[in-house]
Order: sequence, then C-alpha cells, then structure tokens
Amino acid sequence: MTIASYIFGVFSALLTLGVVIEMLRRRRLRERHAVWWLVAGTLALIIGVFPTTLIWAANLVGVAIPLNLVFFVSLAVLFLVCIQHSTELTALEAKTQALAETAALQELRIEALEVQLRQSHSAS
Amino acid sequence: MLPAFNEEESVRKVVLEVFAKLPGVTCLVVNDGSRDATIAEAVCAGALVARLPFNLGVGGAMRVGFRYALDHGFDNVVQVDSDGQHDPAGVVALVAALDSADLVLGARFAGEGDYSVSGPRKWAMVLLSSFLSRTAHTRLTDTTSGFRASGPRAVRLFAEHYPAEYLGDTIESLVIAARAKCVIVQVPVAMRPRAGGVPSHHPIKAAAYLGRACLALVFALMRPPVTLAEITESA
Repeated sequence: MTIASYIFGVFSALLTLGVVIEMLRRRRLRERHAVWWLVAGTLALIIGVFPTTLIWAANLVGVAIPLNLVFFVSLAVLFLVCIQHSTELTALEAKTQALAETAALQELRIEALEVQLRQSHSAS
Repeated sequence: MLPAFNEEESVRKVVLEVFAKLPGVTCLVVNDGSRDATIAEAVCAGALVARLPFNLGVGGAMRVGFRYALDHGFDNVVQVDSDGQHDPAGVVALVAALDSADLVLGARFAGEGDYSVSGPRKWAMVLLSSFLSRTAHTRLTDTTSGFRASGPRAVRLFAEHYPAEYLGDTIESLVIAARAKCVIVQVPVAMRPRAGGVPSHHPIKAAAYLGRACLALVFALMRPPVTLAEITESA
C-alpha cells in the first residue's frame, strides 16, 4: 500500500464521520438515523488507520479476499439503513393517515357547530 | 356511508336515492381527496360530507366513516359505493341480517341480479372466496363486495383497525373481523352497472389484481390477530 492510498483511506473515513457528526450537531439528523452511519464511519476509520485489522478480521470469519469482507459489510450496512427507512416511512404514512382522518372528522364537527351557532343566533 | 373518489357524475344520484329509499338514515359521504365536483354534488344532495385533504384509498375513507359512527353513537354502518353499483334498497336486507351477525356482505353472485366477471379477476374472486370462507367459518361467494353492513361490534373493531392498504378494505378487513370472532354472513343483493365512471377490465390489470389480492390475503393471515376485548380495554 502506498502512503497516498493510506492517507486517502483515513481521510475518506474522517470526512464521512465529520459530515455525520456535523449533521447531528446542527440537528439535521436524528441520532437513531445516524447510528448506522456512525458505525460504518468508525469501522472505515479503524481499517483506514490499521489496515492489518481488515486482514485479521477476514481470517477470523474465513473470507479469502479481505476486500470482499469490506463489500459484504458495506452492503449489510446499506441494507439495514434501507430497512430502517422503510419502516419509518410506514410509520409516518400511518400517522399522516390518522391525522388526515382526524382533520376530516373535525371539519365535520366544526360545520355542525357553525350550523348550531347560526340557529341559536337567529333564534335569539 | 359512501366512500367517494372522483365520482361527480354519480354521487348525487346515489345520495338522493339513499334518502328516497331509506328515510331517516344519516348519509355520510367521505370524499377521499377528489379533485372534481364530488363534494359540491354530495352537499347539493343533502349528505354530510367528510373531506379528506388527500387521497387515502378506500380503507382510509372507511375508517373516517367508522370513527364518525363511533363518535356520534351510531350502531350500524352500511357502506354503499358512490358509483351507483349498489341499490340502496338492498340496505334494508343487510341491516336486517345484522340482528344475528356483526358483518353482513352484500354478495353479487348469490343469485339476485345479473353481474358477471371473467378471466383472472374471476379466478381471484373464486380463490379468495374459498380461503376466506374457511377463515370466516361460513360460505362467502363475493368477498370483494364493497356493499356491506357493520354492526356495533364490527364498527368498534373497524374504527381502530380498518386496514389502509390496497385491497385491505375488502380482503384484510374480512380476515380481521373473522379473527376477532365477529360473525360474518352474506346476503344476496342485485348489482347494477355503474351510473358513471369507467370499470377496470384490462387483462394485465386483472392479473396484477390477482397477484396483489393473493399477497394481501397471505399477509392478512400472517399478521397477529386483533381481538375485540383488547379494543375495549384500550378504549
């Protein structure tokens, strides 16, 4: 590995982590959405600083080519993030629907009240 | 109750017919985010109109109706399509059957009137019927009928648990009701061709319908059942 690729690896990991942390700091990202990105960034940083850990980990789980472990873990992280987004989307849809229903029902109530009010006004 | 999405051509006629044939009922039109004159037409005919701010699908519209019924102390809810397919005169028979059941389906193929479908859509209906009949412990021939009456127990159940997904309004709602130990029966009703709007009879669409219907059924059966006791506790 050249010194340039080493620096590039560490720099990329730091950049990822930096962006995620800055977003968290500005409250543009909630913690529970950031967890997976933080995990991925930290792993990338560890591997970037100590490349031998990747080879050690690959040996540990029996992956012949260490790079394949990187691909596998990356895909796994992306997969988990996608699943999390889908479930949150579903929850949001359910909430929006409940709100829309409530809005429609309240509009009906307001209308009924307005009619009552008008009647009591004209009666008095 | 009439769920309506872009039914400006027919909704007024249906509402007027409901009032003419069923004096004394409260008629609630749930406008499911229509962009045409559905609201104006329904108001014109003298119906109560609930306005959903955007399209939620039949399931969402139905839940508005059930919640309204629950809030205002109505015992029974009858769902009538606003495209004029259902004859409001049939409501009497449906409500009469509620005496001994919680959910009454107005079935199209049970003898009365002439209504037929063919191709994948028919297979879907036959398949669904046989499965759902087993789940509901009664013979159902027309499970996708949108003409149904719900008694107090079913209203309570559906106000909270009416499914919003595609086809959930017909298939999954039956599964939910059956598993909550609601008694389901069917009553033959006559169907008319639609007063307005276009029916969907494209073969590819019909095949997609079959697939989605099966999927909806499988997931409905896989979900944990809801019981009525649970609802009373949370209410």
